[in-house]
Order: sequence, then C-alpha cells, then structure tokens
Amino acid sequence: MKHTIKELEDIASQIRRDIVRMVHGCQSGHPGGSLGCTDFFTALYFEVLNHKKEFTMDGIGEDLFFLSNGHISPVWYSTLAHAGYFDKSELATFRKLDSRLQGHPTTHEHLPGVRVASGSLGQGMSVAIGAALTKRLNGDNSYVFTLHGDGELQEGQNWEAAMFAPFHKLDHLICTVDYNGQQIDGPTDKVLSLDSLQAKFEAFGWHVINTDGNDMQAIVEGLHYAKTLTGKGKPILNLMSTQMGAGVDYMMGSHKWHGTAPNDEQLAAALAQLPETLGDY
Amino acid sequence: MKKYTYTEKKDTRSGFGAGLHEAGKKNENVVALCADLVGSLKMDAFIKDFPERFTQVGIAEANMIGIAAGMTIGGKIPFTGTFANFSTGRVYDQIRQSVAYSNKNVKICASHAGLTLGEDGATHQILEDIGLMKMLPGMVVINPCDYNQTKAATLAIAEYEGPVYLRFGRPVIPVFTDPDQKFEIGKAWMVNEGTDVTIIATGHMVWKAIEAGEKLAELGIDAEIINIHTIKPLDEEAILKSVKKTGCVVTCEEHNKFGGLGESVARLLTTELPSPQEFVATNDTFGESGTPDQLMAKYGLDAVNIVEAVQKVISRKK
Repeated sequence: MKHTIKELEDIASQIRRDIVRMVHGCQSGHPGGSLGCTDFFTALYFEVLNHKKEFTMDGIGEDLFFLSNGHISPVWYSTLAHAGYFDKSELATFRKLDSRLQGHPTTHEHLPGVRVASGSLGQGMSVAIGAALTKRLNGDNSYVFTLHGDGELQEGQNWEAAMFAPFHKLDHLICTVDYNGQQIDGPTDKVLSLDSLQAKFEAFGWHVINTDGNDMQAIVEGLHYAKTLTGKGKPILNLMSTQMGAGVDYMMGSHKWHGTAPNDEQLAAALAQLPETLGDY
Repeated sequence: MKKYTYTEKKDTRSGFGAGLHEAGKKNENVVALCADLVGSLKMDAFIKDFPERFTQVGIAEANMIGIAAGMTIGGKIPFTGTFANFSTGRVYDQIRQSVAYSNKNVKICASHAGLTLGEDGATHQILEDIGLMKMLPGMVVINPCDYNQTKAATLAIAEYEGPVYLRFGRPVIPVFTDPDQKFEIGKAWMVNEGTDVTIIATGHMVWKAIEAGEKLAELGIDAEIINIHTIKPLDEEAILKSVKKTGCVVTCEEHNKFGGLGESVARLLTTELPSPQEFVATNDTFGESGTPDQLMAKYGLDAVNIVEAVQKVISRKK
C-alpha cells in the first residue's frame, strides 16, 4: 500500500469538499455521481493506477483511465489536481468561460490527464478497447481502466464493445460500472431496468466481480484483486455498488442530486460533514 | 480543351485498397479496421500482409469509430472502412465526440458513396455525407476523382496528422490522372484552363466535367475545369482566381445540393466575389435502385446536365 486507508479516506474527504464547492461555484454540474465515485477515484489514482507524473497523450508504459460517464467530471478534476496533474487552484474555474475544466471532460482545452472527450454517453468502452489494442500491438503490458454509469449501459454501443472485448481476449482491460441504480429521470429499475448486469456481462464472456464502492478498504482490495485476474484471456467487469451523493447525507440515495447544485445553505450543510484535510482550493 | 484519355476503367475503392496497402508498407503505425465489408473496401492486400494490424470489428460501426479513436492513443494511425452511409450518418456522434472534438488521428474511409452504389437503393446511397462531415470543426473532407487520385490521397492522409473523411465509390470509371501524382491536401487541380465559365467538380463528376468540356468546346464555349478533391479545407485562392477570370461557376457533385461542395463554393463567392452559380447535384432527394448510369441520368448528374448548367450560368452573366 502506498497509503493507509485513513490517508486515502482523508484524500476522499477533501475531494468531496472540492466537488460540492465546484458545483456550488458555478451553480451547475453533477454532484450525485461524483460523490458516489469519490472513493473509487481516490483508490484508483492514489493506490492502484501505475501512472507517470508527466502527462503524455500516448501514455506509453503506464496504465490508462477513461471516464465514459463524463458528467461526473468534478470528481475526476479534483482527483487529477490532487494527484498533481495541474494546480488545484484551477478547480475554481470549473464550467466557467475560458476554463480547461469544461462541463464534460475534453482534450480540446489540453487539460492534463484527459485523453478523450466524454459526455455523450456510451462511447468510453470502445475508446478504452482501442487503447488496449494499441498497447497490445506496442507490447505494452499496462492496464486500461474505465468507469461507466449504470444508466449509461442503456446505450447500445456499450454492448457492441462488451461483445468485442472478450472475443479479442482483451485481458488487460478493467471496466468498472458505477452501480448506483439511479439516473436522471429516476431509479434505473423504473426508467429501463438493467436486470442482472452480472449475468449479462458473464454471458458476453467477461469475468465479473462485485465491490462496495463506498468502502475504501473494499474498493482498494477489489481493484487490486481485479488486476490479479488479468492475463487470463477475459476482460474484467467490476460491478461497483455505490450510493449516489455518498458523504453528504441529504444527497444520498436519490436521483434528485444527479445534476443539481447546492445553494449557500446546502453547501454549508455539506461542508460540515466533510472535514477539510488537504486544504481547500 | 486539353485532351484526356484513358486506357482502363477502375473503381476508386480499389485505389483506396492499393493506397492503404502501400501506406501500411511505409509506416508500421498504420492500422486498419473494418465493419464486415473487407471485400467491398478492397482491404484484402493490407490484411494479407499485416494481419496483426487489422481489426475486424463486425457489424458495429459505432464501436469501430470509438476503437479507432482509442487506437490513436499510443501512436497508431487507424483507417476505418465501411460504406459512406455507415461511416457518417450512422456514427455521427461517435465521430463528433471521440474523433473530431478529441482531435484524434483517425482516417474515416468511406466507400459506395452517392447514387453510383446502384442497385442496393436509397438506404445505402448517402447523398448527405459531405455536408455532415464538413460541418465538423477540424475535419478534413476529401473526395477523389479516380483510381490514381484515390490511391495518392490515401497515402497523403496517412502522413497528415488529424481527422480525415475520405469518400470514394463503387463503380468502375475512367482512370485519367497521373499514376505518380503528388496529392496535396487542400490544393485544387487545374484540369483545363478556359475563359468563359469555371466548372468545379469533385469525385466521379470530374470525368463527367471533362466530357462536358469537350461538348462545350464544340459549342464554342471555353470552359475552365477545376478538380476540388479536398472540399475542406477549400482551395479558396484557386476558385477566386478562376471565377475572377470567367465570371461564373458551375459546381458538380454526386451529393445533395444542400450541404455539399456547391454550398462551400457559394459561401466563398458570396463573401468574396458574388457571381452567378449553378448547381449540378441531387435536389434534396433520396436515391433509388438502378444501375449507376441510369441513376446518374435520372438524377441529373451527367455531362449533358453540366452543359445545360453552363449555358444557363453564362446567360446570367452581366
């Protein structure tokens, strides 16, 4: 372990503070999914991902990460800043004019850490597959990680990609689904049920694991375990249970905070629950 | 009128296949992907010599575009191959976000464009693809006119850094351009110098423009013929220079007049040099089943239509 679980939880607490302050600062953005995935991002970038300090688009000889559900950009931006990709003061520019921190992630403004635009849903798995194919051609054994929303899996392109990856034995690909059961219009079970994602992905030929995405110990262990499963001819699908809004009591367990910013009073209530551990931006 | 002859007819898609094969030999980073149309796209030679650099994606074009975008990360130069309809309209958002907006070095190579796809009919005959692709910021749009030019264009785009749409077709047509030509992206080719009218043609319509030029010469009309193979970026200098001399223009394309080459030329002239213009293009319509020749005749894309358009545009000159 590069960090203790307590240290990782402290990082996560600061990232959660950043998230609510960022969406409050521009009065827009997506706090719910961002908060739900904060522990995953912390575990990935500070414990699991083998990544270089200097960002290069090609990412030769290092692990890559692709965020398919680009709307949870606040958690990614804060994580990238704390991981040293850019100065955390830039988080204050989120969603504002002339910022590199666009509403949805993009390479267009040359923000270090981002390798493809995402936001229009369902495209990230295909892109990650392409990056994994190139790593294979280059003889580069590094891993390719992704994150997808569960509602996002309603997009058909995911299933084209899900069929492709096992057939081509892309066994250095570790895809995580943020399994929070919520999407903009309500619970996924009400909007369009995903039914058993485990059975679906297994039927497509993936090795499926289940993790608790809001338990730091569990998610760190889960991602390390996922790495041990690679190299066996099957891509890995991590079904990660999370609570939308995790860490802020009044945002938890509901789709209502998918894409809504807190007001001043709500911000204060959120920050009171999230200790400042690394200093606010 | 300069004399153009040909000894053989070939399809432009075969020019793509030959160019891809040669680009693959020149640069080991060139990779190819196909969505279950390897034979139609003439990718066999590339696949035979570089099997590990070819990815068969199956009938999943959206996935193919995304994979191609991802393959650029790490230095590959992906060429995707399928019909023009499935290369553009079907995957527009994937191209927009994962390729164009992300500025990925993907070459979207599209065969069977336009009416000359023939008997399969309107579901497969896209006449809107140039418009779709030219509207994407940063996208280069190329529509070569014969086998040799398509091969040269394929080699040129392999060396260009950035997203490109390369449009070609199914039927065999005269091979009349130089086999050793150097293809310069964005640079018009002067087919014939003239003084009475500027005919601007792209793709399969260039040979038809040459046929029209010969008929016009018999009528005493001296036509300047320019091949615009690169619709974006447009060679504005060449067009303005020509129209300044001739005072009028006819644009010719196997594409809807809405959104095509003609509109690009009209936009240029409206702002820089207002001049009479006629459009030889399809008129906001879908195609239908038929032989390529029958379809080009029925939808007004023959040499005779160019001659008529020239006569009309000259009559509009002040």
